[in-house]
Amino acid sequence: MPKIKQDSSIDAGEAVGIIAAQSLGEPGTQMTMRTFHYAGVAEQVPLGLPRLIELVDARREPAKALMDIYLEHEHRKDAKMAQKIASEIEYVTIGDLCSVVENFQKKELRITVDTEYASSKGIKTADVVKKMREALGKEGKIMTKKNLIMLRLNSNCQKMRKTSMKIRAVQMKGIRGLARATIIKDEKTGEYFIRVGGSNISELKKVDGIDFSRIYTNNIRDIEKHFGIEAARNALVKEIKQVMDLQGLPVDIRHIMLIADAMCARGTVEPVGRHGLSGGKFSVLARAAFEETIKHLVNASIRGEEDPLNGVTENIIIGQTVKLGTGKVRLAMKE
Amino acid sequence: MAKKEKKEKGAPARAVVYLNGMYLGFHENAAQLVREIVEKRQAGELTRTLNVSYNEKTGEIHLNTSGGRIRRPYIVVRNGKPLLTKEHIEKLRKGEMSWDDLVAQGVIDYLDAEEEGSIALIAMNEEDITEEHTHLEIDPLSITGVIVSTFPYPDHNSSPRLTMASAMMKQSLGLYSVNFNHRLDSRAHLMFYPQAPLVNTTSYTALNYDKRPAGQNFVVAVLSYYGYNMSDAVVLNKNAIDRALGRSVFFKSYETEERRYPGGQKDKLMTPSPNIVGYREEELYRNLDEDGIILPEVEIKPRDVLIGKVSPPRFMEEVATFGITEEKRRENSITAKGGDYGIVDSVMVTESLAGNKLVKVKLRSLKIPEVGDKFASRHGQKGVIGYLAPQEDLPFTKDGIVPDLLINPHAIPSRMTAGHIIEMLGGKVACMSGRTVNGTMFSGEKEQDLRAELKRYGFQENGEEILYDGITGQKLKATIFIGVIYYQKLHHLVSNKMHVRSRGPVQLLTHQPTEGKAREGGLRFGEMERDCLIGYGATQLIKERLLEESDKTIAIVCANCGSLGVYDFAKRRETCPVCKGTRMERVEISYAFKLLLDEIKSLGIFPRLKVGDKK
Repeated sequence: MPKIKQDSSIDAGEAVGIIAAQSLGEPGTQMTMRTFHYAGVAEQVPLGLPRLIELVDARREPAKALMDIYLEHEHRKDAKMAQKIASEIEYVTIGDLCSVVENFQKKELRITVDTEYASSKGIKTADVVKKMREALGKEGKIMTKKNLIMLRLNSNCQKMRKTSMKIRAVQMKGIRGLARATIIKDEKTGEYFIRVGGSNISELKKVDGIDFSRIYTNNIRDIEKHFGIEAARNALVKEIKQVMDLQGLPVDIRHIMLIADAMCARGTVEPVGRHGLSGGKFSVLARAAFEETIKHLVNASIRGEEDPLNGVTENIIIGQTVKLGTGKVRLAMKE
Repeated sequence: MAKKEKKEKGAPARAVVYLNGMYLGFHENAAQLVREIVEKRQAGELTRTLNVSYNEKTGEIHLNTSGGRIRRPYIVVRNGKPLLTKEHIEKLRKGEMSWDDLVAQGVIDYLDAEEEGSIALIAMNEEDITEEHTHLEIDPLSITGVIVSTFPYPDHNSSPRLTMASAMMKQSLGLYSVNFNHRLDSRAHLMFYPQAPLVNTTSYTALNYDKRPAGQNFVVAVLSYYGYNMSDAVVLNKNAIDRALGRSVFFKSYETEERRYPGGQKDKLMTPSPNIVGYREEELYRNLDEDGIILPEVEIKPRDVLIGKVSPPRFMEEVATFGITEEKRRENSITAKGGDYGIVDSVMVTESLAGNKLVKVKLRSLKIPEVGDKFASRHGQKGVIGYLAPQEDLPFTKDGIVPDLLINPHAIPSRMTAGHIIEMLGGKVACMSGRTVNGTMFSGEKEQDLRAELKRYGFQENGEEILYDGITGQKLKATIFIGVIYYQKLHHLVSNKMHVRSRGPVQLLTHQPTEGKAREGGLRFGEMERDCLIGYGATQLIKERLLEESDKTIAIVCANCGSLGVYDFAKRRETCPVCKGTRMERVEISYAFKLLLDEIKSLGIFPRLKVGDKK
């Protein structure tokens, strides 16, 4: 091994976990006290401690999901192409395009299409009618007059309301979950990319003109599902690092990498806490010492678990030396 | 209300009227109602405890007569003229008139927060009064509380510092009572030579606070001194302390009574005889008088017996054939607690409410300022002594003035206590002129005047002076701000807090050391401290802190079934109560773990310990 590499590697028995936890926990307490708020501006993405907690808890759905979609190499500097794809993927429903008014007396729905908006999306009134028909099946009678669609129904109020809600939710265009697509120019490379609220990788696979290999989302679970655990781990590192740097609390990336590794070590992204890392510890005593003491003790007794006392917590509980640091080494007699 | 009835333009606003929060009715002309109610109250036709508030937006008038509202007096203003006249003041001065008369005449009006904020318009000063004003502030000073009003130049300080100063003033030592010699307070401090401040306020003297002061005027230099006054530490002049600066005495009283117990038994105050259960070392009883009570003016160390007492046994034992013997009685004396050094100041023998003999012993100890004692000015500037510097080592002025106290210049800018600086100037002026300086908020002597006066006495007007280093004798390169300011000694004295433990009592349940000074306890080595040691990999040290120095026990474990064993005294061997095995191993564990095993057993779970040789 080259000397520099040898010198840089950490010593055997170093308590890397505790040090990583402290290195992230100390700035974490700082963050509770002075999370950066911009007065008057609604926060678009949770920053600081809320976002950190979200990451460490491995939430299935982040409070504000965001995706960055890059274009294929040949169109990457083509703003028009970006615009086209953006309008294609943005999720639009009939409810977004039209105003739906219920008339319970006449038992009809008046659906007025916002032609200006619809044409910008390349949608005609006829398309709306077609989609409606698909959604309704054989129900009702549709009449069209310019941009006004009349739907005659022969049902009671409750059912009418249900139908109107159904129609409003009918997808006209785009990908479910993706909203507010904006085109952003990368000042460094000069290429355009689309930033879109929401996260839906599986549907984006089907869209042409997208460089799928460069797609990015801040939804770790989504990354895990489509690109695998390694990608999820890298995303975790990137996101946590970003949160800390944005707060002006730089943390050495190795601590973050260790935490991300620990969260991903069992093949899925697991939260740090009783449902994940701590709850998945091997030792009964260590689990019982953390949370839900009785649950762990009782379950251990049912299964007849045995604690080999290899971890830190267990050994402190029973009053033995911990197998760490100076306790790592042991002397043996020469035979 | 009819549908068409719309409000005409210019018509008076209507309002819903509530009395003490309950709906009362409806009035067509809100402004008129409010005006009339206020007039009638001031005239005495309505109760003076009534206050009105009117909210134009919601169209609500609230009348309040309930208790618990904070109200404040104001001078009534009518037609742009305050009702309080020179004649009133003259009569008040002569004693021909009282405050209550003024209130009764409607000259003084009490407003609550709601009325103050809605219908009243209050002028701060007499010059500000216009036709619209309804009230006049008695003095701008009254916007603060009583305590802040006694601080000099509070209008030059930031408000958090005033809050802190108010809190600290309550902790200052002074002449707390003039009959202190006849009192037996359980704890009391008394300051030697308290002084009235050189810079005071009108309300300070009005409250007669200068008759029972709590502090002394210190010569203070704003100067760092070899790092001994960094981070809010202060350096005090040792020779000044020897001249009794900041000196105080601490009284602590112990008491006990001869209690009667059911069954006709009684405590007895006496020097216990050696055959009594729980008899202490003979040495500790040496200063007790014949009656078992300590003699006055005797020196006391911790654990010394102050009042000897013998009590009947706690549990009735089987009555011996010859009746209950004296030997069964137990020692129950009152002793001086840990860290209580002092001299017996006085002993009082009296009778309790129940008619028992009651003894109180007052201990006195001299508290000379030492490193760690806390001092504070009246501007929220507190600090503990970091060093007692010999006078010859302290800097001095050309006049030979040596400061009593050095504060660090870093204590000033971020806290914005300009009042502290101005008080120092004022104190200097007071010293030179032989009068006290008035530092009342808004109306005190102005900084410019103080500066001009300083100049007249031949000082630099900014209060700075050339100082000479006491150690080298050389001039200090910078001029140093030096002045006289009132400092308070606060009742946080190290000698009453200092506590150490090497070995000591442990808790009954956990076998871990006790907590707190009173129980001679240890300092907790908590979870986060434990985490740090793990982080360092200091394995042996964790074991020492958490086991060796805490609740180490030797457990007997059955090698056969893994349960905890017992020592069978009859058979003189260790056995397992579960499997009756005799192959037992001795294992070093924490007592807390033994407790955990017991608790797990109480859940109906059988924890087994598998023992073997250390690998």
